[in-house]
Amino acid sequence: MTRLWLSVLAIIAVATALIGAPAAQPKEVVIGVLYPLSGNAAQVGIDCVNAVKLGAEIVNARHQLDVPLARGEGLPGLGGARIRVVVVDHQGKPDLGQAEAERLVTQEKVHALFGAYFSGVTQTIAQVAERNGVPHLNAESSSPALTERGLKWFFRTSPHDGHFSQAMFDFMRDLEKRRGMKIKSVAIMHEATQFGSDSAKVQEELARKAGYEVAVKITYRDKATSLDAEVARLKAANADVFLPSSYTNDAILFVRTAKKLDYSPKLLIAQNAGWTDPTFVKEMGADAEGHITRAPFALDMAAKKPMITQVNELFRKTGGRDISDAPARAFTGFMTLADAINRAGSTDPEAIRKALVATNIPPEQLIMPWTGVKFDEKGQNSGVRAILQQVQKGTYVTIYPFELAAADVVYPLPAWKDRK
Amino acid sequence: MGLVYALIAAGLSLIFGLMEIVNFAHGEMLMLAMFASFWTWALWGLDPLLSLPLTAGLLAALGWATYRGLVRFILDAPMLAQIFATFGLAVFLRSGAQALWGADFHLVKDPLVEGRLVAAGVFVGLPQLVASGGALLAFGLLYLFITRTETGLALQATAQDRQAASLMGIDTQRMFALGWAIGGACVGVAGGLLTTFFYVFPEVGAPFALLAYVAVALGGFGNVPATLAGGVVVGLVEVLGGLLFDPSLKLIGVFGLYLVVVLWRPQGLFGRF
Repeated sequence: MTRLWLSVLAIIAVATALIGAPAAQPKEVVIGVLYPLSGNAAQVGIDCVNAVKLGAEIVNARHQLDVPLARGEGLPGLGGARIRVVVVDHQGKPDLGQAEAERLVTQEKVHALFGAYFSGVTQTIAQVAERNGVPHLNAESSSPALTERGLKWFFRTSPHDGHFSQAMFDFMRDLEKRRGMKIKSVAIMHEATQFGSDSAKVQEELARKAGYEVAVKITYRDKATSLDAEVARLKAANADVFLPSSYTNDAILFVRTAKKLDYSPKLLIAQNAGWTDPTFVKEMGADAEGHITRAPFALDMAAKKPMITQVNELFRKTGGRDISDAPARAFTGFMTLADAINRAGSTDPEAIRKALVATNIPPEQLIMPWTGVKFDEKGQNSGVRAILQQVQKGTYVTIYPFELAAADVVYPLPAWKDRK
Repeated sequence: MGLVYALIAAGLSLIFGLMEIVNFAHGEMLMLAMFASFWTWALWGLDPLLSLPLTAGLLAALGWATYRGLVRFILDAPMLAQIFATFGLAVFLRSGAQALWGADFHLVKDPLVEGRLVAAGVFVGLPQLVASGGALLAFGLLYLFITRTETGLALQATAQDRQAASLMGIDTQRMFALGWAIGGACVGVAGGLLTTFFYVFPEVGAPFALLAYVAVALGGFGNVPATLAGGVVVGLVEVLGGLLFDPSLKLIGVFGLYLVVVLWRPQGLFGRF
């Protein structure tokens, strides 16, 4: 019996080797892509995967775009090799992300890892990459700690919550000057995974530095079924500015609960995530009016950057909706990785890592409002720029920095009874 | 919230009491109920409150179908097989919902009942108030049904002793199917009520089902009125725990209470066996 099984296994092994062999014939570069495709952030993950696929498509086929590698077919540095992506679902679970990353590296033999939205999951994947010596590019996780550890194989194109929070406090200070008003206190609410906790930590520090009192700091568990107690606390604290860090479902529940309990701060500045999910504005309608969120990407800057419109058109074909913040960042990150592999001229991990370190993409080749992509010694892109957007008449409008603003800030937030 | 938890838990409790099967797909049935009331609203503009009977009926049919199509075959199977079967159903329903309707969040806009009541500085959302009232009403009906009607008594008899009941001429197969249908209807009502103020998406069921399990265990397995008490306790502990202590610790209160009760009275606060 055992012998029978062994022979069956042998046949399978030979068969897969035979099937595998011709596929490896035209040289290709394999990139392991990890996103949450089920679970609470499934839609964001699906959008990001669509952006990554679009990125691979742009590299592999000829396109009249200014992004890197669009005008040729494949990667010229590797003799026209194609990019193949292996997409896996980590369900938003750090342990699963780790296991899948291991599998991608050992079984699928990927040349680089890419992902994974949730900071908590990105962290475990980064460890796998570090251990195995595989380059890992992350495009949207915002926990500052990720690049503070000094990992050798980890690179991040997106701004982190340190940059974002700095922009928020700069904005508050500038707004004080502009409107001649005074902000005294802030309230912080954050979900308890790595993203929320690190974001709140930075905000608390910055508030202290800026001389604002932190009236209350609330931690809650994500996927909450009720936020009544949390909102009641916020209402009691009655701070001038409210700074939430929440993913989409909790953000929706928060706004509904705030409406129910009549809580409206004068200013709401959100740490992205839930607040930039296009679903959030679509579903909340007038209830989200006036909310401000940090964002590294803005569709309304298309007037200044026509390429945004071109990429958006292509994205709509696969994604079925407008490109939004998270997929735009995924797209930019993926193009950066492709560009580095191309310059490396081989799939050798050390060569790719060296090429990533030497990355220098000018702003004209980006769909982001950044000054370029260039990694510092910690693997963090130093060309990032954070912007703030406000929901005005149902869409995101850039309001800060003031020189990029498309509209003026609405301040203060209207009270619930004055809405609609 | 407690009353809604209780109503979700009621269906679970009923099914367990009847045939000692824990329905792991309960949260997913709740999710389907919420999607059902969302779609009746999105397609025909019918408010979730008005479509309640429809949702309840649909879910009752689903419960019945689940019994006829799946549970019937695993009644006498080992515990592990029963867990796998209902758990598998849960995964199937969840993934099916995502495949059909996408992973996006949906909300019912401009519901029939909106706004809030302010009494002595306490804010109560009207949709929540209506949901509580609706849950209480459904509970009352359920209670009357199982204690006052012949079918209800037959249902209880089946729960107490399957063989004795069938000897008395009760069609236990029919009773089981009925139990699943009623369980489904409870979830249907709860889902419809929730949809008036909660978002809908494929993974919405799990956190609610978890609290429902706690409510069932607190009250006592198989005891429907006790489940009501259990649900209310869970809801109260959740809110009070968040207000008095740190909100991040509010579920510690719920699950801590659960542990204490399970250790001290494994049969639940009001359990018989």
